[in-house]
Amino acid sequence: MSESLIFDKSVPGRKGYSLPDLDVPEVPVAELMPADYLRKDPPLLPELSEVDVVRHFTNLSRDNYGIDQGFYPLGSCTMKYNPKVNEDVARYAGFAALHPLQPAEQTQGALQLLYQLEAALREITGMDRVTLQPAAGAQGELVGMLMIRAYHRSNGNPCRKVIVPDSAHGTNPATATLAGYQVQVVHSNADGLVDLEDLKHLVDPDTAALMLTNPNTLGLFERDILKIAELLHSAGALLYLDGANLNALLGLCRPGDMGFDVVHSNLHKTFTTPHGGGGPGAGALGVKSFLAPFLPVPVVEKTEKGYVLDIRRPQSIGKVQAYYGNFGNLVRAYTYIRRMGAIGFRKVSTNAILNANYIRKRLELVYPVPYNRFCMHEFVASAKKFRDKDVHAWDIAKRLIDYGIYPPTVNFPMIVEEALMIEPTETEPKENLDRFCEAMLSIAKEIEEDPARVRNAPHTKSVARLDEVRAVKQMDLRWRPA
Amino acid sequence: MEYIPNTKEEQQQMLKVIGAETIEDLLGDIPSEIRLTRGLQLPPPLSEPELKTEMLRLSERNADLLHHASFLGAGAYDHHIPSVVGHLASRSEFYTSYTPYQAEMSQGLLQTIYEFQTMIAELTGMEVANASLYDGGSALAEAAMMAVKVTKRNTILISSTIHPSYRAVLKTYLSGANARIIELPSENGATDLVAVGKRLSEDVACVLIQTPNFLGCLEPVEGLAQEVHRYAALLGVAADPISLGLLRSPGEAGADIVVGEGQGLGCGLNFGGPYLGFFATRKEYVRQMPGRVVGATVDTKGRRGYCLTLQTREQHIKRERATSNICTNEALAALSATIYLSIMGRQGLREIGRLCLQKAHYLKHRLCEIKGFEMAYQRPFFKEFVVKSPVSPSRINKKLFKQKIIGGLDLGTMDRRLKNHWLVCVTEKRTKEEMDQLVTAVKEITT
Ligand SMILES: Cc1ncc(COP(=O)(O)O)c(C=O)c1O
Repeated sequence: MSESLIFDKSVPGRKGYSLPDLDVPEVPVAELMPADYLRKDPPLLPELSEVDVVRHFTNLSRDNYGIDQGFYPLGSCTMKYNPKVNEDVARYAGFAALHPLQPAEQTQGALQLLYQLEAALREITGMDRVTLQPAAGAQGELVGMLMIRAYHRSNGNPCRKVIVPDSAHGTNPATATLAGYQVQVVHSNADGLVDLEDLKHLVDPDTAALMLTNPNTLGLFERDILKIAELLHSAGALLYLDGANLNALLGLCRPGDMGFDVVHSNLHKTFTTPHGGGGPGAGALGVKSFLAPFLPVPVVEKTEKGYVLDIRRPQSIGKVQAYYGNFGNLVRAYTYIRRMGAIGFRKVSTNAILNANYIRKRLELVYPVPYNRFCMHEFVASAKKFRDKDVHAWDIAKRLIDYGIYPPTVNFPMIVEEALMIEPTETEPKENLDRFCEAMLSIAKEIEEDPARVRNAPHTKSVARLDEVRAVKQMDLRWRPA
Repeated sequence: MEYIPNTKEEQQQMLKVIGAETIEDLLGDIPSEIRLTRGLQLPPPLSEPELKTEMLRLSERNADLLHHASFLGAGAYDHHIPSVVGHLASRSEFYTSYTPYQAEMSQGLLQTIYEFQTMIAELTGMEVANASLYDGGSALAEAAMMAVKVTKRNTILISSTIHPSYRAVLKTYLSGANARIIELPSENGATDLVAVGKRLSEDVACVLIQTPNFLGCLEPVEGLAQEVHRYAALLGVAADPISLGLLRSPGEAGADIVVGEGQGLGCGLNFGGPYLGFFATRKEYVRQMPGRVVGATVDTKGRRGYCLTLQTREQHIKRERATSNICTNEALAALSATIYLSIMGRQGLREIGRLCLQKAHYLKHRLCEIKGFEMAYQRPFFKEFVVKSPVSPSRINKKLFKQKIIGGLDLGTMDRRLKNHWLVCVTEKRTKEEMDQLVTAVKEITT
């Protein structure tokens, strides 16, 4: 049964709030505020008691699926378990009830946390400085590209283009445009890696940077990374790492040692801050020291007098956040880092890689893997062979829902037709990996025997397949009173 | 390790299936030159009880607002958060899920976003709203970028009474764009209408203002809208959603885009984030709108359901031609806001507005009775105002802190022209007793 809209549950006169009585002498509003500044009709918010509201959202939560219910192998998103202790710590009053503009003397603990988190991320990524301000990966990308731009300009070099692989995530080209660059696409070779010959043709003095993901979106390590770095650097261009896939590298190798000049990391992926149904995230951005002058302000520094926020940085790209970023998530990430330590992180990456290879191996005969070799933390299979039954990757995803498993990422990266991008993460027990594999194999059988069953999935949820075309054509983006 | 279930035996079983001897065999693609041959230099791992003690200690080095009465606002507000909000937003079916790409498995969250969009549209007086942006500053920047696309013009007039950090964020966001950003001067604490008239031209994509503005003053939105529309430019307004139960909506006054910081709607202060950017506009601009949007539709059996829609605007499809680069947004904060607004409802939001308005005016009145104190601007205000003080507000704040009061913002620390200007905020949480205590302390220090 689906839940009706909260607006339809409203009962005039019902009240769910509890506020104190006014304790100062009341002055007629007309004396405080000219009438044309006042609202005449109240906004059409619902009127409900507390229990009405609690049941509404509790019931809606039951028609939603998160990691705490089961497997969530959504490729590229690193849907790993979110430790509960992180949630407790983020709610400590000293973190949660702290105003961002309180003087530094009153916020030394928070500034110390930021400073130490930066130090930890520097070590993990092999970079020299890290800003914790970006609210998500895409904002980290923007900060990184604007810093690259500022760097080239400071050298009197107004480069105009940024190279992005054809396998890149959509935020990469979108960000490059936002930062004022023209985007050029470098192709992948037969091994699913950056085509070095193609790259050589593209790189020229007008190139500001290459935005690369490593492991790339196929889950493969760019083996030629040192050559790629050399190629760019010798042309005066910089190398940007989209670190969405950092979960594969912890304690094994570091972007800074591979020649990356700028690296963003999605703390909501690798460092377990919850995905929140689509955010908030956090996108720490690391840079080599020659780029540090361009970091956004403020920068947390340690002085004899304690921790301070440094805003006097004349070459800074400016501000990207009104305050210091998604601090609540930074607390969670730091808590996780302190729980794991160096040994813990090696276990994270090696088990993430082991789990991905296990699934790949169990599925490869039925779901061909176009670039099939030992993968890192994820891999991409193709459902192309099912096209003759008129079944697509999208249908397989929908059918998985009936097996109680969140579907993999589909139709990305774009270089694989009918892509199914599978990322198990290290936090999934083996029996769930097996259950997933069996579900996938069972679906493959169903496609042979009863493709319509797959094509029309899901069959077990509060709604069947939704008409997404209609949602665009007959746009309905809000409730209105009848 | 409690977060990693694999046992040694299971690892061996898996390796066997893979056809590898050791996990090391799987790592052959990483060139040996870059393999880390030492352990990461990180503090040693802490067990959960040790971790909690350590983190609590760190948190206690901060002066939290549970134990201090705060008159500090300036874009981040200490409003009451009903208990219900935290409890419901902590349902892990919500917070451990991700962007609802697979609608049929995420109906609950999708419906809450649809409800959120409705509430934001209602509050702002606009037709449509998106599923959220990062925060108030980036929302303002996105508004400017949308205006540039819609009007195909590239001059942005931005009022100097907008939160200075939002203006700074906007400049950063647009530094790669081919846009001209011109700041509009203020007059008596609000945007100078005469200057707007002079600067408007056929090149102007939008005029951006904030109301109540950074100085707490309400802006003459309607008059501005008429001026701006005469040049077929757009009016973008950053609004405080808490004020909109009581105050006229920017949409009704003629705004074309309404954005803002939604932190006050049930998000904790969290030392500056996560907060909640909201974005609402007219229906005709919806295809140029940034960010995710949820729409209602039907399933194959004709039943109502919800899904992400208008995705062809977005980066994962449009790539370098997307309306914005945003991907992960602030869904959980939007959920908190939806719960908050459901609890407050029609009457509650108005009541909060009434309490803020009355209490802020009480404190203003009491402060201005003190010798040497006067209002910096003569404009209507809501919950925040600027008083000129005969002594440095920082000095006052130091003294107040000893009494467990956190004073308002010393504007002189941000702008030398505003020396001895004190930006004071009063939310519904502040009591008469706390305000009287503040007044007494201020009197002691100034007389
Ligand atoms: C490879 C890759 N790059 C970039 C991003 C963008 O990160 P965010 O969603 O945090 O902005 C993602 C996330 O979805 C991703 O998978």
